[in-house]
Amino acid sequence: MLELRNITKRFGAVLANDHVNIKVKSGTIHAIVGENGAGKSTAMRIAYGFYTADEGEIIVDGQPRRIETPHDAIALGIGMVHQHFMLIEPMTVTENIVLGAEPGGAVALDLTKAAERIRKLSEEFRLAIDPHATIEHLSVGQQQRVELLKALYREAQLLILDEPTAVLAPQEVEELFAILRRMRAQGKTVVIITHKLDEVLAISDEVTVMRDGRVVGELQTSATNAAELARMMVGRDVLLRIEKPQAKPDSTVLSVEHLTVTARDGTQRLKGVSFQVRAAEIVGIAGVEGNGQTELIEALAGLIPHAQMSGRMEYLGRDIAPLDARSRRELGIAHIPEDRHRRGLLLDFDLKENSVLGVHYRPPVAVSLGSVLLDDGAIRKRTERIIEDFDVRPANPDLPARSLSGGNQQKLIIGREFVLQPKLLLVAQPTRGVDIGAIEFIHRKLVRLRDEGCAVLLVSAELEEVTALADRLLIIHDGEIVGEVDPTIATLEEIGLLMTGGKEQ
Amino acid sequence: MKLLREILFPLIAVLAAFLVGAIIVLLIHDDPIETYKLLIGSALSWPDGIGYTLFYATPLIFTGLAVAVAFRCGLLNIGAEGQLYVAAFAAAWVGITFGGVEGRSIANLSAWLLVPLACFAAMASGAVWGAVPGVLKAKFGSHEVINTIMMNFIALALVSYFTQYHYKAQGDPILQTVPISASAHIARLGKFIPGLPERIPLNIAFFLALLACVLVYIFLWRTKWGYEIRATGANPAAAEYGGISTGRQIVLAMAVSGALAGLVGVNEVLGYRYRYYDSFSSGVGYGFTGIAVALLGRNHPVGVVFAALFFGALKRGGLFVDIFTEHVSKDLVEVLKALVILFVAAELYFRGRLGRFGLMRRAKI
Repeated sequence: MLELRNITKRFGAVLANDHVNIKVKSGTIHAIVGENGAGKSTAMRIAYGFYTADEGEIIVDGQPRRIETPHDAIALGIGMVHQHFMLIEPMTVTENIVLGAEPGGAVALDLTKAAERIRKLSEEFRLAIDPHATIEHLSVGQQQRVELLKALYREAQLLILDEPTAVLAPQEVEELFAILRRMRAQGKTVVIITHKLDEVLAISDEVTVMRDGRVVGELQTSATNAAELARMMVGRDVLLRIEKPQAKPDSTVLSVEHLTVTARDGTQRLKGVSFQVRAAEIVGIAGVEGNGQTELIEALAGLIPHAQMSGRMEYLGRDIAPLDARSRRELGIAHIPEDRHRRGLLLDFDLKENSVLGVHYRPPVAVSLGSVLLDDGAIRKRTERIIEDFDVRPANPDLPARSLSGGNQQKLIIGREFVLQPKLLLVAQPTRGVDIGAIEFIHRKLVRLRDEGCAVLLVSAELEEVTALADRLLIIHDGEIVGEVDPTIATLEEIGLLMTGGKEQ
Repeated sequence: MKLLREILFPLIAVLAAFLVGAIIVLLIHDDPIETYKLLIGSALSWPDGIGYTLFYATPLIFTGLAVAVAFRCGLLNIGAEGQLYVAAFAAAWVGITFGGVEGRSIANLSAWLLVPLACFAAMASGAVWGAVPGVLKAKFGSHEVINTIMMNFIALALVSYFTQYHYKAQGDPILQTVPISASAHIARLGKFIPGLPERIPLNIAFFLALLACVLVYIFLWRTKWGYEIRATGANPAAAEYGGISTGRQIVLAMAVSGALAGLVGVNEVLGYRYRYYDSFSSGVGYGFTGIAVALLGRNHPVGVVFAALFFGALKRGGLFVDIFTEHVSKDLVEVLKALVILFVAAELYFRGRLGRFGLMRRAKI
């Protein structure tokens, strides 16, 4: 049905897809698994015309095809359901589905026929969607089925679902799988992108495993098991090694008890998490992204509204739950955020202004008139120190942060937080999108900070990174800590299985 | 390089507007070169042209700064118009109530007290009027554009009411307050500058406007408050991360913005009409033109001064174009204003496109 041949795609210096070959057979459910950033979504977005490949070809039904826009893909019978739904909330199901291909004349909009067709399609696949319902009144699972209907309405023969279960509750997942099986029974082909191995085993006929932009395995689902898939997904030929002395943990710095975070939409992102971090140790949190890590770090940094949290957070024997971000910083909690563009930097501000974010209101940065005026000289000195100590290039304090490469931006942020001499460092994805040289540099700095007595809580989607850096490793899945392992003896398979929701064997 | 671009783009927008304006003049069978000569010549003649150009520019500097400060915090203050109305009325009220005006005063302060008090009243009332939509945004997330527009209607209705029923001179057919006390007047520049007649209403408020520019610059780029306001505007998520309360910055920025818009009242009441004249801004829309001034001035105090001078000159020159050309009316000025805004906005649009393109290419996988 669909075949990607030798697809290569680069984003700047990052090789997202490296000669990827994926063959999806007609009438099957095909799973594509891999860690975050393995290139699964990229490959499928190429198939759907969101991106165009730098090299390689796409074969549809035996014919080489050019798919340059989603429009081309739809014309070839390929539909895609994105992780984030593309629905207009105040409009009805029918209105949403016909959007872009409105039936009727130049002026009049004839929705009756469309609604009838949607009703029939919904019955055929037992989706139980009322064509006249308003989107905002539907549950997330129902909205997803509207997205499915949208593709079916456009006569898609092949449906690509990007992480479809990420937003669903367990019973909704079951419903979705039943629908997908019915689609297969009706001769449709389904591609499902996921990193949850139990789901792969439950639903797919064939599975393609991706890692670092390459396809590392093509298997019949019936002939494999979770352990094998986990090893293929996370396994590396050469393991990253970090030379670090044995940790000498001291007294407890951070103690978290039954921390619960409820998102605005009512879903629980953290379900009663408890753990401790001691001085001079690195506690790693491993897990597939989106399982509560972001909320954990932000809750500790004081960036989640109090109303959305419950549980205890004790820092050096003091309850910090009622404190805001600024007060926590003043107590010596530093934070390297996971998304440096969204949280960590003011991209249009220069390096000077970025290197004082968080201390901009107090001496030595803000001085005269009762700490109101900014001392440009002191700011410059501080910036130059960070630039020198953390090897930020180009070493020009007056450049906007935007002009730096990802690695240098990250080094700037790390430098900014390190000069605070924190007692507790919250660090998320410290090396995401950072080149190899900078990764090593950042790792060494983190270890040195630990050895100086700082308590470090490290979250990373890079399994290698957390296992190499952490002295203790906690595994998070679906908002819960599902296990603690000793990173020096635990195998990647074991950890991979825990973080993908698989049970220990 | 960056500075050059900052200056170049607005200049190109102005030139492009004049070019398109010239085509329009041609289409209505007039001579564009003569028209522009008239426009520019009359705006820059001494003393009347320059005097009036600077006079017209004064309120635009205030409103331009007001819009710029809000914009630096990521807010669009459409409410400068309402803020300047309440402020002008407040200034007049102080000038009447504390200035020994017969039958209406409770005190008779000297000029040294009365003028600062009136200025303070203008700023404070403008600040309050601006802060209200700020609080609504910070607390409830309601959009400041909607709320500032609504506050404009409320402002105008409110001050009209007070003027009509409480502060109008008996039998006065014009909707205006009684005159303020002479000790609340601020001097016209004609008093100090030889050759500049005192009938030209250009007054001390012009220097106040320039001073405001310097202070706004210091505030935004040299104080922690300005840093926090700009950080909030540039990236609220990062500002929060840096321990900045974005809600507080929104209120602060709107209050400062309102106070700046309120200073228009000083020029209008203390320096020009010596009373509150109802709807004084309606023909020009100082508040709304302030948006154009800030846009053309790139939300920078220095740019605001030049943009305000430009719009002031257009207003002055427009009168003469109206009278001395055969077909072209002073609406040409409005057309030019609109075109300038259009081209400035188009430039932002193109840069946005380029920016987005750049982002696309840098998109993470």
